[in-house]
Amino acid sequence: MGSLVTNLGLLINATLIATPPLLFAGLGSCFSERSGVVNIGIEGMMTIGAFTGAVAGLYTGNGWIAFLCGGLAGAILGLIHAIVCISFHADQTIAGTAINFLGSGLALFLCKALFDNSSDTPALDTTSKLPKIFEGVFPVGSFGSNVLNVYGVAYLVFVLAFVCWFVFYKTKFGSHLRAVGEHPEACESIGIDVYRVRYTCVILSGFMAGLGGAFVTLATINQFRPNVIVGQGFIAIAAVIFGKFTPHGTTWACLLFGLCSGIKTLASMSNTVSPNLISMIPYVVTIIALILFVGRANAPAANGKPFVKAR
Amino acid sequence: MKTKKGILDSNLFYTILAIVIGFAIGAIFLLIAGISPAVAYGKLIDSVFSKPKYMVWTLVYAAPVIFTGLSVAFSFRTGVFNIGAEGQYIVGSVAACVIGILVPLPPVIHPLVCILAAAGAGCLWSLIVGVLKTKRGIHEVLSFIMFNWIAYYLQNYIVNIPIIHKKGGGEATENIKDTARIIFPDGIMKALDCTGAHWGFIFAVIAAIIIFIIIEKTTLGYELKAVGFNKNAAEFAGINVNRSMLTALGISGALAGLGGAVQTLGMAGRLPQLAAQEGYGFEGITVALIAGSNPLGCIFSGIFYGAMKYGGSKLTMVKAPSEVVNIIMGCVIIFIAISQVFKAIFTSIGKKRKEA
Amino acid sequence: MSHQSHMDKNTMVIEMRDIVKKFGDFTANDHINLTLHKGEVHAILGENGAGKSTLMNVLCGLYHPTSGQIFVDGKEVHMNGPRDAIDLGIGMVHQHFMLIQPFTVTDNIILGIEPTKAGVVVDEKLARQKVLELSERYGMKVDPDARIEDISVGMQQRVEILKVLYRGSKVLILDEPTASLTPQEIDELMQIIDNLTKDGKSVILITHKLKEIKACSDTCTVIRQGKYIKTVNVADVDENEMAAMMVGRDVNFKVEKKAMTPGDVVLDIKDLHAKDYRGIEILRGLDLNVRKGEIVGLCGVDGNGQTELVEVLTGLKKAESGSITMLGQDVFNKTPHEVFEAGVSSIPADRQKHGLVLDFSVEDNLIVQHYDEAPFSKHGILDRSVIRSNATDLMEKFDVRPRGAEGKPAGTLSGGNQQKVIIAREVTNDKDLLIAFNPTRGLDVGAIEFVHKYIVDQRNKGRAVLLVSFELDEIMSLSDRIEVIFDGEITGSVAGADADEKELGFMMAGGKKNEN
Repeated sequence: MGSLVTNLGLLINATLIATPPLLFAGLGSCFSERSGVVNIGIEGMMTIGAFTGAVAGLYTGNGWIAFLCGGLAGAILGLIHAIVCISFHADQTIAGTAINFLGSGLALFLCKALFDNSSDTPALDTTSKLPKIFEGVFPVGSFGSNVLNVYGVAYLVFVLAFVCWFVFYKTKFGSHLRAVGEHPEACESIGIDVYRVRYTCVILSGFMAGLGGAFVTLATINQFRPNVIVGQGFIAIAAVIFGKFTPHGTTWACLLFGLCSGIKTLASMSNTVSPNLISMIPYVVTIIALILFVGRANAPAANGKPFVKAR
Repeated sequence: MKTKKGILDSNLFYTILAIVIGFAIGAIFLLIAGISPAVAYGKLIDSVFSKPKYMVWTLVYAAPVIFTGLSVAFSFRTGVFNIGAEGQYIVGSVAACVIGILVPLPPVIHPLVCILAAAGAGCLWSLIVGVLKTKRGIHEVLSFIMFNWIAYYLQNYIVNIPIIHKKGGGEATENIKDTARIIFPDGIMKALDCTGAHWGFIFAVIAAIIIFIIIEKTTLGYELKAVGFNKNAAEFAGINVNRSMLTALGISGALAGLGGAVQTLGMAGRLPQLAAQEGYGFEGITVALIAGSNPLGCIFSGIFYGAMKYGGSKLTMVKAPSEVVNIIMGCVIIFIAISQVFKAIFTSIGKKRKEA
Repeated sequence: MSHQSHMDKNTMVIEMRDIVKKFGDFTANDHINLTLHKGEVHAILGENGAGKSTLMNVLCGLYHPTSGQIFVDGKEVHMNGPRDAIDLGIGMVHQHFMLIQPFTVTDNIILGIEPTKAGVVVDEKLARQKVLELSERYGMKVDPDARIEDISVGMQQRVEILKVLYRGSKVLILDEPTASLTPQEIDELMQIIDNLTKDGKSVILITHKLKEIKACSDTCTVIRQGKYIKTVNVADVDENEMAAMMVGRDVNFKVEKKAMTPGDVVLDIKDLHAKDYRGIEILRGLDLNVRKGEIVGLCGVDGNGQTELVEVLTGLKKAESGSITMLGQDVFNKTPHEVFEAGVSSIPADRQKHGLVLDFSVEDNLIVQHYDEAPFSKHGILDRSVIRSNATDLMEKFDVRPRGAEGKPAGTLSGGNQQKVIIAREVTNDKDLLIAFNPTRGLDVGAIEFVHKYIVDQRNKGRAVLLVSFELDEIMSLSDRIEVIFDGEITGSVAGADADEKELGFMMAGGKKNEN
């Protein structure tokens, strides 16, 4: 019984570590996709966020500032994606592919340029990382410590998910962004600036992807290395499609991926099944869930279509 | 005047322009990092062209990305976006490797069987996604991403199966049997002064020509393109849209699988345990884009990419991060993506000049 | 319905002076003038492509005029987008409704100027109340909570008008407002226009329907090929005069047809049931037949099952139950290819979606049903020279312009020429049945005459023709027999020669013939 509680605690702990990067990126991606701009450059935006977060942590020694810096770095790539897709009407998938190259390329390039040709940044000390809540309150390894003494951001991201839902469905901006993704011409005809809404959303998606990346280097581990972001960006995109392009759906999907990842961590401790097979679980589960429950994804009507202003 | 207009209309001009801009931006980053672009680019060019051996290596590097480039280009031309070439490449190399290690066969036949198995595996991997799309309406980008990761862990799982795992540890499989290798005979290798040369590039060129013929000259290509351009009109005209889409995905997947086969049978000779996705699929997207989705163009853009990868790997000798290649490539893609805008700007400038 | 004017001749609301709008080398508006008074209904008449919509897009701020001046209430204005036009009290109801499908009626009406709490959060309750007030004031019934995708076209139009009124517009521009309404709904719209002008609003009506102009307008400005022709008092001219001004020559609306006796039944549909994309039954036991040598016109308001019927007939959609035969052969729920082989060719309603592969060359579009047959291909290899000469022949015969465009993408042709490509392809298929669905939508008068000629030509050759159209005039001038579809059933049948517009309109709205 006791081991069951401990395992449950470990599972929740592992889930709370794996979910935030996905959820940050996924929620951001909701904004971009719902406003009508496909963003498959999330992975690159997360990578640059992870790198910038780690470096800013080293130089400022303040986890929160570093976290924001990670977001800003992602936002800059978001801005590039926005310029290329919105103002220049480029193919959004192609632009996203380029962003992925740029993100990972820039991160590693700058890392080597800054740290004497090393592809890893020096390790951060605990004080430069994001703070844990309830540090020292619970005994190490106890259920309480596993569930409650996690990085504060891991809880904050769920508050953010609620805020996103609220923005989407209760505010003027949310109404505009959903409308812009469905029928940009209609929005333009009544004076909503389609470009401005889309720019805001795409930059926001870069910012949030950057935060997701920074969480990895400032919380989960304590440095940037080449493979810190391995596919989380793509998983986040999958979660958005899985969650039918809504913030709440995306939250559930990210939690599912996070949970699978938690199971993976837990099961790999037991050493009975190949860790590689266990690692497949999230992806296989997604496919099965799609076959059984979700089916057709209802993407916004104008998603991926460049909008050319009439003049 | 006329020739000038011709240049400004040609896609090749904009592709070259995009490459030039890409290098220029790369140079800026090199300068920021305190490295002379002249030195770095000099090294890049030097390490590709200075010896015939290097040029052969470039072609060796080009072979797998020509295949994944063809895979993506074919999918673009037929209206689907194969973001899953990565996974198909992996299952292709796994299939080739497993047969290369476990099944004893005579020379010539052995690599042929391996290659067919790799094509089959890639085709199947892609077809699953196709069936999910046509039968259940599941977004192909989503399932491709899932299947890339499943393939990735599948490779790592298979690498660790005892009967093919390298005896005495190490994070890779046994070497495949010599009968399965597709390396050049010793004589040719000596003439080229290159120990790693293999048939992969030749195969890639043949594949590109075949794909070109399929797309441009055959009824199959007509059908697939019709579905790719306008699914509704194709269906209205009596073309079986789902079957066409599956055919296109199957061929596209097979091409990526072939890329895995030539790399395994020619270059590596075994499968490593992967620490991250190797990126051949995503590089294929770039190759296809630079080629404007033209199969024959993929040969040249593949060589270009091969040169960048091979030359880039030598950049560390002059203390330049090889990732500058990724930055250049990212910029090249962006500028190709917005080349239509350039075209519009140049044409309007040209017109104004004429009027003035 | 006689028109009673509410026009105040002394109060000019809008003046457009010498408006020029160029797109590249193409001049869409060439020095056009327009004045609008308080309470006036001003019709703008012109063919498709004459430049009516462009002019109105200039007035509502979507386009910048290349040159010219706009005055609102006597003051010159420069608009930098739709927002400025809205602020000046100018609102437009576009022909293709500008509504967000998954949004509710209320959300659509308030979009862009939502009432808010604290400037951020939308006050849904207040919004709903405002919408209800407005709809009562002008007698326009809408359900504020319904989603756009669930309501009728008529109600969608009322939502569009309310959207404009909600923005406090005093000038309403209605672009082809009657395109998909029943005669009864059109009467209702006229009543709404009357209510609006009585309230001091001005209305600009873009249309090419002369009857409607006569019925509700004070003045009419005629535009032809982008040029201003003339502004007339509607009371002073008759329909023929207006038509001549619009087209630039006398027009003969009558289609010449020789007398024919219909032969054997070609297409026979019995008790057909089918569902629409939402899973709601939309064809509810439809019976219909078409015989050799006759044109059967299926008339009805958009949304009564015509689209689904044509989809089922051409194999694009599976029906639930019933029977369909072609010359006795079962074609129920067959694939498009099987249906084609059984003798059905068709001109689709949406030529860009179903008719053509726009990125394909004209020559490739012409073989889209035959690419895998000799002589166009052998052993799976296309024979380009045969494909080219086939295209050259057909383009000559069917007058597809520009000549020499065989290898150009079909998307580069004009709408009329695209339709000619489709007709060339479908007519030369020599099938027993031709289904034509809105075959002249969006075409100019010349192209319409061309299409009509070929449809009648098919009938004269003894083929069966099923004409499905939302244009009552087209149905009445072409059909040998008219069948009325309402709510997924045939509700009435009249001989083409005996057709009476009032009676058809009554049946299209659901009235049974014998009840009239």
